[in-house]
Amino acid sequence: MRNESRVYLGIGSFFVLILVIYFVWSRESTGSVLLLASAGLGLLPGLYIGWWSRRMQQRPEDVDEVAPRDITGVVGQFPENTIFPFTLGVGAWLVGLAFVFGLWFAIIGLGFVFGAAIGATLESKRASLSERENRV
Amino acid sequence: MTTLQEPLVQTAGVVEHERKAPGGFYKWITSVDHKVIGKNYMYTALTFMFIAGAMALLIRTQLFNPDGHVVSLQTYNELFTIHGSMMLYLFAGPFAFGGFANFIIPLQIGAPDMAFPRLNNLSYWLYLLGGVTMLFGFFTASGAAAFGWVAYAPLSSAPYSPGPGPDLWIVSIALVGFSGIFTAVNLVTTIFYLRAPGMTMFRMPLFSWSMLVTGILILIAFPVLTAALVLLYADRHYGAHFFSVAGGGVPVMWQNLFWFFGHPEVYILALPFFGIISELIPVFSRKPIFGYKGMVFATLAIAGLSTGVWAHHMFTTGTVLLPFFSALSLLIAVPTGIKVFTWIATMWGGQIRFNTSMLFAVGFIFAFVMGGITGVMLASPPIDFYTHDTYFVVAHFHQVLIGTTIFAGFAGIYYWYPKLTGRFLHEGLGKWNFWVTFIGFWITFMPQYLLGLRGMPRRIAIYSPTDGFTFLNRMSTVGSYMMGIGMFLFLLNFIISWRRPRPAGDNPWDGFTLEWATSSPPPAHNFHSLPAIRSARPTWDMNHPEHADAVPAVTGGDESAQ
Ligand code: HEM
Ligand SMILES: [Cu+2]
Repeated sequence: MRNESRVYLGIGSFFVLILVIYFVWSRESTGSVLLLASAGLGLLPGLYIGWWSRRMQQRPEDVDEVAPRDITGVVGQFPENTIFPFTLGVGAWLVGLAFVFGLWFAIIGLGFVFGAAIGATLESKRASLSERENRV
Repeated sequence: MTTLQEPLVQTAGVVEHERKAPGGFYKWITSVDHKVIGKNYMYTALTFMFIAGAMALLIRTQLFNPDGHVVSLQTYNELFTIHGSMMLYLFAGPFAFGGFANFIIPLQIGAPDMAFPRLNNLSYWLYLLGGVTMLFGFFTASGAAAFGWVAYAPLSSAPYSPGPGPDLWIVSIALVGFSGIFTAVNLVTTIFYLRAPGMTMFRMPLFSWSMLVTGILILIAFPVLTAALVLLYADRHYGAHFFSVAGGGVPVMWQNLFWFFGHPEVYILALPFFGIISELIPVFSRKPIFGYKGMVFATLAIAGLSTGVWAHHMFTTGTVLLPFFSALSLLIAVPTGIKVFTWIATMWGGQIRFNTSMLFAVGFIFAFVMGGITGVMLASPPIDFYTHDTYFVVAHFHQVLIGTTIFAGFAGIYYWYPKLTGRFLHEGLGKWNFWVTFIGFWITFMPQYLLGLRGMPRRIAIYSPTDGFTFLNRMSTVGSYMMGIGMFLFLLNFIISWRRPRPAGDNPWDGFTLEWATSSPPPAHNFHSLPAIRSARPTWDMNHPEHADAVPAVTGGDESAQ
């Protein structure tokens, strides 16, 4: 995990450097704010991942010489086919169109969005119940 | 290295599901398999490319004669706006990080799927529906958006661009932007958390590295655009004054916001294709890449620098810090140069196979170097003051963009098509595809540099016969038709491969990376077994154990492992 955090930290620190030079030199606000946000975007996940990497065990993907072993984790946890992303997409699209064609689009769209949210949640619940260890 | 002969890691826990998988249309809509979604992305993006390409030919036809009458002035403005917007927002980006990345990344790093499969599916729908929305503008009474892909204020404000067309454009790009952000989250998470055992960060193929960095750039840049679009919409409809002087707003702020997205965006469009080139040049030269770590750091450096150069698009506004932006823009040429050098050094002394894919890759290098050089020229304010908003800039960005998205993109298609489908594209026709497009490309854009230097502004529908622009414009138009024919040959090639499939086998190019270790097309969850990963070229190591020691020492892996 160490290198993952370094990717973010490297980019984030570079933005800090640029930000300081830019702000001191130009005093221009829009760009400085945007650079500040970018620096945060680099540093926050970088520090978070770095913080975790000290607390967790080495993952097999971070080890140079792993013995051939089972790939960890469950495959096929998510449903293979599901209609709900499509439903959610259509809902979001209709909400978007409401900004052009009027509010009533949003009402239909939100219906789709909530339908998708409920549907996908139930679907996940069903899927997790089909795992043996989750059954009571 | 003896482990390489008994390399197969069994993938445990692959539940072959009992339920019958749906087929056909329903599968296309509902599948969360990254391979299906990746292909959907590619087909959709290429379709948008052909639509936008047709618009480009219409634009060039209008410019064939001075005082052309092919389309009206208003239609012309709509055409170049939607052409640019489709190519940049709907083709180039999604083609790379929705299409190639989606399909290839999990395979390359040995993952069973993307980290968030359902989110991945949602991204695709937002992209498709959002993308189509952009075209709706043509069917409204007042026409599509006509303010260029950059939508500068105040032209994009309600008084100057009334009607639903511009709003449809805003909504379309917002939806596609969200789709891009979701895909980026998905990619970064997948690359960070789903790599196969032994696939350390510094063993990751360079394409995966490029996509990781692209993902981070997307996360930096896209939200800025989305936010700016919200402000623009508020200006247009809710009486806000972010960008209008009348209410105390600052029009140039739009440019700052837009280009803070816009310049990283052009590298979001370039980096994935650099990654593709970095994959296939070593394979077709039968050599490991020259300087793996240098490439990784060059990619990171480009990402950092490209976020600090946005205002080189605004030199002539007179409100930007010229030396700062000029210096940083010039600096970008350094990591970019490192990349070009690395590709050439990789080819140097290799056993090069000049098949279609490699031809496109080499064509990319030529096109990109030409476009890059003029980019460096534009980065110096005195030259930019002279050439800004002329055809010189048009030629610059078309050369870099077509170099990357078309030449490198098609190199990638010819390279990975066997993995996508289990079939070959036709080599002979592919070479025609390349040469016609490539020659057409130079005929189209070299005259545009000259036109720019002679002072022809961009975004004009008519010019006068006395301007002296006629001949060069005609040449450019002829070249663009040639490119159109070249693209048509690709379509033909594609159709032929469907009609008369030629099976390709699992590893036709003797590839290096993990995607070539599974079947073509790959099974559900990608791998039945994985080779042991001991270097950046696991599949090569497995197939050529006698040369596996040739793997360079740069693949040291995660230092924290020691
Ligand atoms: C060596 C690196 C590069 C430098 C120094 C550079 C520099 C510049 C500069 C200064 C401009 C502004 C010209 C003007 O409007 O007066 C410009 C425009 C542009 N560049 Fe580049 N560029 C580079 C590479 C690229 C790449 C790799 C791409 C995309 C793949 C790209 C795409 C564009 C686009 C799309 C525009 C025009 C935007 C518009 O006004 O519509 N450039 N470039
Ligand atoms: Cu730029």
